Amino acid sequence: MGILKELRTSSLSGYHVPHQPGAPILEISNLTLRYENVLALDNLSVKVTSGERLAVIGPNGAGKSSLFKVIAGVLQHTSGEVNIYGHGPGGHICIAYVPQRSQVDWKFPVSVADVVMMGRISKLGILRWPKPRDWEYVRQSLRVVGLEEQANRQIAELSGGQQQRMFIARALAQEAELMLMDEPFTGLDLNSQVDILNIMDELRQRGVTVLASTHDLNLASEHFERVLLLNRRVYGLGSPAEVFTPELLLRAFGGHLRLLQTETEVVAVGDTCCEDEASHEHLA
Amino acid sequence: MNTWLDLLLEPFSYAFMVRGMFAALLVGVVCATVGTYVVLRGMAFFGDALAHAILPGVAVGYLLGGGAREPLFWWSLLTAIAASIGIGAISKGAQLREDTAIGIVFAGMFALGIALISTVRNYTNDLAHFLFGDVLGVSAADLVRIAIFAALILLTVFLFYKEFLVLSFDPLLAVTLRLPGRILEYILLVLIALAVVVSLQTVGVALMVAMLVTPAATAYLLTRRLPYMMALGAVIAALSGVIGLYLSYYVSVSSGAAIVLTSTLFFILVWGGRALQRAYRERM
Repeated sequence: MGILKELRTSSLSGYHVPHQPGAPILEISNLTLRYENVLALDNLSVKVTSGERLAVIGPNGAGKSSLFKVIAGVLQHTSGEVNIYGHGPGGHICIAYVPQRSQVDWKFPVSVADVVMMGRISKLGILRWPKPRDWEYVRQSLRVVGLEEQANRQIAELSGGQQQRMFIARALAQEAELMLMDEPFTGLDLNSQVDILNIMDELRQRGVTVLASTHDLNLASEHFERVLLLNRRVYGLGSPAEVFTPELLLRAFGGHLRLLQTETEVVAVGDTCCEDEASHEHLA
Repeated sequence: MNTWLDLLLEPFSYAFMVRGMFAALLVGVVCATVGTYVVLRGMAFFGDALAHAILPGVAVGYLLGGGAREPLFWWSLLTAIAASIGIGAISKGAQLREDTAIGIVFAGMFALGIALISTVRNYTNDLAHFLFGDVLGVSAADLVRIAIFAALILLTVFLFYKEFLVLSFDPLLAVTLRLPGRILEYILLVLIALAVVVSLQTVGVALMVAMLVTPAATAYLLTRRLPYMMALGAVIAALSGVIGLYLSYYVSVSSGAAIVLTSTLFFILVWGGRALQRAYRERM
């Protein structure tokens, strides 16, 4: 039975990464990430405070997903420091990575509630089954995102917006304090985008910090207090007004962006939408 | 009335048929349960390769034991576990594409097995049993071994149910939460190896992949929930075993082939039924 004991302790030790008092929820300094010879992230620094909502903007292959995966502890960075509450990535139960919808096997035989329950797995520990309390958590999380009625549906039966909300519910069930949302708005109609934005407001009320990557400059400038303009390195970090200047955008997006000067504002027209960023990445 | 009952009961007047039925039942349940993961994770080729790769182990057991079942079993078990972990390692660190590497190894091992067995004079009959099964040759001791390992496999699947679920559905979540993914991955590979060894006598090396894949795939078409998929797959596989044995008894065809053909027939019926249903719905 030695191996079982080892399994349990190894899994539990990962769940109890301590939080250093006073440390910011996320602090990254001089982060560099290399795949073989490709520089994916170059000397990136950013500090995020609790309850903040930060949009990560950049063209395809800019390293948005890579950044999230480093923070989540899925990818090992090459150099620099990443600290979550003062401790390195990996095993933080307080971080939830909300995947891109295109990366999920929607025909997998699970219900909505099953998926949300997966968020509880770390609280349960290995070899333990969900208790009524956990199912209550699942129910409440589904209620927050407005999917209570769909709890027993197979996941393929959900609309795109509902699928996105389901993963946010899973992050809630995980009791995550930092949610990394990978392209949460991509491929959604306007109403569904508004639903997600409303849920983000609710999350802020609960003190949840959200990092969301997106291509959509307008959406980012209207609904995020701070944006990080990224293309391997940081081109701008600050309020949308500060960052979304024609000069910075052109530098970050290169030839993939046209800027239209109207009488009142600068309109950005990108041609970078929606190609799967992860296809450029090699995952272990 | 009586004649039907006679037809059903007649095979049971032979002890070897009774043992064969029990073996086919157990093997069906185990293979379908483990096969659910094989189907969901796209490991059919791995299962096929694994089954073929244990032939040299079977051969060594055969040569050393002079045809006795016991050494045959333990040597197969040893080889299967080694092969599953070996193939698992290949697929992690290979320079070649994973399927190419597996193809090379399994064909080589299979050839080695045939070469070893062919050193014995009049080997063809025994080789046929290893390749295509000999369920009617199951002894009482074999049956006990099959039952013990079947229980072990089902218990492990039950214990690690939620971990295997997360690992299969969302490996990123497993890494984020620092589940002991590598250990779990190998446990799953060993489970498949055990299922293969347990089924060896029923369907043989060459038809093994059908036991792992066909009933689970049939169940996958019928349900969208993992536990139901396992249960339904088990029922279909057990039925295939029993019906196949009746067929083999009355039509006198090879038992392994009859079992596999029966499960193939189930699949075709379900698949055809679904296709008809879809066509009908579209016309409405």
